[in-house]
Amino acid sequence: MSDYNFAYLDEQTKRMIRRAILKGLAIPGYQVPFASREMPMPYGWGTGGVQVSAAVLMPDDVFKVIDQGADDTTNAVSIRKFFERTAEVAVTEATTEATVIQTRHRIPETPLTEGQVLVYQVPIPEPLRFLEPRETETRKMHSLEEYGLMHVKLYEDIARHGQIATSYAYPVKVEGRYVMDPSPIPKFDNPKMEMAAIQLFGAGREQRIYALPPYTKVVSLDFEDYPFEASKPDKACDLCGAEHSYLDEVITDDQGGRMFVCSDTDYCASRRAAGHRGALAAEDAA
Amino acid sequence: MTPLLQVKDVTKMYGQRIGCRGVGFDLYPGEVMGIVGESGSGKSTLLNCMAGHMAPDAGEVVFHTRDRGPVDTVTMSEPERRMLGRTDWAFVHQHARDGLRMSVSAGGNIGERLMAVGARHYGDIRTQAEDWLGRVEIDAARLDDRPTAFSGGMQQRLQIARNLVTGPRLVFMDEPTGGLDVSVQARLLDLLRGLVRDMGLSAIIVTHDLAVVRLLADRLMVMKDGHVVETGLTDQVLDDPQHGYTQLLVSSVLQV
Repeated sequence: MSDYNFAYLDEQTKRMIRRAILKGLAIPGYQVPFASREMPMPYGWGTGGVQVSAAVLMPDDVFKVIDQGADDTTNAVSIRKFFERTAEVAVTEATTEATVIQTRHRIPETPLTEGQVLVYQVPIPEPLRFLEPRETETRKMHSLEEYGLMHVKLYEDIARHGQIATSYAYPVKVEGRYVMDPSPIPKFDNPKMEMAAIQLFGAGREQRIYALPPYTKVVSLDFEDYPFEASKPDKACDLCGAEHSYLDEVITDDQGGRMFVCSDTDYCASRRAAGHRGALAAEDAA
Repeated sequence: MTPLLQVKDVTKMYGQRIGCRGVGFDLYPGEVMGIVGESGSGKSTLLNCMAGHMAPDAGEVVFHTRDRGPVDTVTMSEPERRMLGRTDWAFVHQHARDGLRMSVSAGGNIGERLMAVGARHYGDIRTQAEDWLGRVEIDAARLDDRPTAFSGGMQQRLQIARNLVTGPRLVFMDEPTGGLDVSVQARLLDLLRGLVRDMGLSAIIVTHDLAVVRLLADRLMVMKDGHVVETGLTDQVLDDPQHGYTQLLVSSVLQV
């Protein structure tokens, strides 16, 4: 038996967060302010996501945490341990087995199903922040649906780089109404956001929660003559040979050697277990 | 002919102090109205009340909208007023920095209003931005430069281009030539005069520079201590001032 209340937060706090989540689900893409608590980890390490996870976790849930797609990085390991200890929930690395997945910067490659919950860690929830510094003004722009400024950013991208160079945290319009920051996921993941699972977004320092109910329409903003493109490196994974998964570039030596590997470690491992092999797979085994 | 803008009894108080009191006039399409007066006479307060930046304590500002005819902009809903603010109205600030996005290229600055009203074709937006840059006499090669790299006069011209790109019918100008040296001022005034005539714009120009109104304004309104002390045709007021303050103002102009 743990000395903590189930999932660390007290019941009143969890109720407060659940109310914010329900409101967020009722108004997809709208940023609901909530009284973010101090968590036993620094801001920027996923305090928002952890609070949302704590509020939605049930004792029989199976919990998975990924950081940049990987299950074994510091952030993912420590958050997984945190809930193992405070909520005593089962944990897994398999996307298909998990019921609650907390993520930082990625959506798993394996399509999520109904009944699963995807919790995002969000650093800056306001998509207009770097264009309009005043919070009062951005709120007004959201309420009056004045989103022309978002396109000014994309215009600047094309004018300066010849294409839309925004490659992560790519702004989306939700159900034809709110413009939303999808958290810093690569724009490759944007089309996946129209999914069967519930998506919850928690920003701890900024004290905002927003959400997407299943099958919500999510459109990436673009220009008619510069359409949105879910880009990724034009390579295959060197370990599992996958051609349609998002890849990390890993520098292997100081002679210019490099390899591309799936950023989703569970996806890559399960493909290798099924017998798929990439160009450098043998070298990896050695 | 119906007036484009009818201002009726506009009053704005700052606590006990008067911002402006009981100001009213009609502005007809194609007409340029000058408002002159010394610092603190309430001309900027009046302009801000008319442009919807500030809510007057009393009075009406009736604008002849394209679709609904005359509407009081003071009581209209905020989304409507802001929509007017980026379509049929334009506001040229005294300091170009207040009216421009300094971290966005000239093209982006001009395109912002177009994108705000729904333009979603990059090529079209860019063509229009180029066209407008030419109309305010800025080299098209500067399209991707930021306004921080522009001179004061160029910034002011860019601000004007950015405002006029959606083809507004009414332009508010708050000391458009303030802080510019005389040769740049002359060029800007020449440009403004051309644009006003070509586009058939109506404009309200607030300034303390009598030369500016002499050149641009059809009619003139002289303000002092929040009140209008004299109105009339520009040449009439400047050549034969009736009110003591106007006489003082006209005689204060330095002769070279």
